[in-house]
Amino acid sequence: MVKQISVFLENKCGRLVKVTQVLGKHNINIRALTIADTSDFGILRIIVDQPEKAHQVLKEEGFIASETEVIAIEVSDDPGGLAGILSYLEEADVNIEYLYSFVEKPAQDALILMRLEDNEKGVEALKKNNVKIIEGERIYSL
Amino acid sequence: MWNPKYEAMEKEQLEKLQFLRLKNTLERVNTMVPHYRELFKKEGIEPGDIKSLSDLSHLPFTYKDDLRDHFPFGLFTTDLGEVVRIHSSTGTTGIPTVVGYTQNDLNVWSEIMARALVSAEGSKDSVIHIAYGYGLFTGGLGVHYGAENIGATVIPISGGQTKRQVRMIRDLGSTLLACTPSYAIFIAETIEEMNLSPEELQLQSGLFGAEPWSTNMRGLIEEKLNINAYDIYGLSEIIGPGVSSECPAKDGLHIPEDHFIAEVIDPNTGEALPDGSTGELVVTTITKEALPMVRYRTRDITSLKREKCSCGRTHVRMEKVSGRSDDMLIIRGVNVFPSQIESILLDIGETEPHYQLVVDRVGSMDTLEVKVEVSEEMFSDRIRGMEELENTIRREIDNILGISAEIKLVEPKTIERSEGKAKRVIDKREF
Repeated sequence: MVKQISVFLENKCGRLVKVTQVLGKHNINIRALTIADTSDFGILRIIVDQPEKAHQVLKEEGFIASETEVIAIEVSDDPGGLAGILSYLEEADVNIEYLYSFVEKPAQDALILMRLEDNEKGVEALKKNNVKIIEGERIYSL
Repeated sequence: MWNPKYEAMEKEQLEKLQFLRLKNTLERVNTMVPHYRELFKKEGIEPGDIKSLSDLSHLPFTYKDDLRDHFPFGLFTTDLGEVVRIHSSTGTTGIPTVVGYTQNDLNVWSEIMARALVSAEGSKDSVIHIAYGYGLFTGGLGVHYGAENIGATVIPISGGQTKRQVRMIRDLGSTLLACTPSYAIFIAETIEEMNLSPEELQLQSGLFGAEPWSTNMRGLIEEKLNINAYDIYGLSEIIGPGVSSECPAKDGLHIPEDHFIAEVIDPNTGEALPDGSTGELVVTTITKEALPMVRYRTRDITSLKREKCSCGRTHVRMEKVSGRSDDMLIIRGVNVFPSQIESILLDIGETEPHYQLVVDRVGSMDTLEVKVEVSEEMFSDRIRGMEELENTIRREIDNILGISAEIKLVEPKTIERSEGKAKRVIDKREF
């Protein structure tokens, strides 16, 4: 599992900048980032090299942040690559809360990060189908 | 004038009458209500000590909480056999405020409402369209009995179904409209929407109350409906609508002094203030039977004027209410205390919530936005979780207060604080 930091952001100018400044100031490197938003607010989800430290400094700076475990998998960068994996989850009847992806340099494969309704059950289904689950350490140190 | 004998009574005679009635009321509550008896005893005062009207200021106050603490009938001076009517607040804070009337109380109420309607151009030839809510709320029935008392034709339509209201006003030739000022504007807008003009209606005047409204709003109502708009004030603890109302001079609201004694006090020290000073209105009822009130703290901010009015009435006038001495808000006619929102948020968020109520008026409608600082406990990394949080807050406010609110989740420490305390209310409306 990979530790993801989620931060509550109001939809107004300068909030994302502030988060990145705080992380930069503490030498924390962002590996992947995504924002889910509504018209009023957004939830920033980031994967960083030092999740605990990131969580702590963001809290100290007054942000509402939480740590969530997400699953990281490698998907071959071919048509239908993701579809194959998602079908395993469907068969196992595991819902996806959200997912996002990034490309690992200089590798060929894409990395998918996802939060499932039931992470344990999802991991089990993926493993059974020989999908490679990537450990947090590897992502943090990319 | 409906009743010149009393409404234009010479000051000296009026004060004699007030004193006599005050003595009766004090004897009555002292004999019949343990709460008052104990209170007077504690203050070391007896009804007999009151030798003039000015001695009234030695008496202790009565608060809304006293009514709640003695829920439901503990402050009544009659048994229920004598009580012919009950009205009640909605009880949004848990315990409703229950008030009762004997037949004589209803007669007094319909007398003072008759005076209010006549000073707002009502007569037996009027067709009075009453769009105040009927039921436990005192607005509808209060105006109703006054309107029947003056022999007008009464249309007890109550609130809602505004297009139908407009058709009734047109088809039945209503001449006097009684409702809240914001509903009057809504009716005016509906008239425009229906491509009608005020010239096609018979409306001449309106009696508007139950919520604060500005002079600007009066101008707007008068222009849009082409009528004279009069202010009426009241609260159920005293009797309901009619505790004061405007005359054609539109220079303050006359308080029927043969039934009530009005004072203005400093809300912080409780000290009685001289006429003309702004402070909290305190009312003593001197003819009420079922539920007399001694020095009731209305929490409404106003000032008193005793100069004779150009209309000929001798009774004291109060300024339009300009605010509250507590933090109560009236939003779409609903009484809202910030503490109620706070307890809802406490139930949801578990820790001390930081929030702010932003009240505004868009067209004729009051709007309420509740800003809530997201806490660790509330935060979820799923959008769905956060939207559920918003929905829960909205639903609880609607359930408990009966008012729809817009919920805005904000980051911690973003709500403006003064001396460390968050500013709880921003009221952008003009009164």
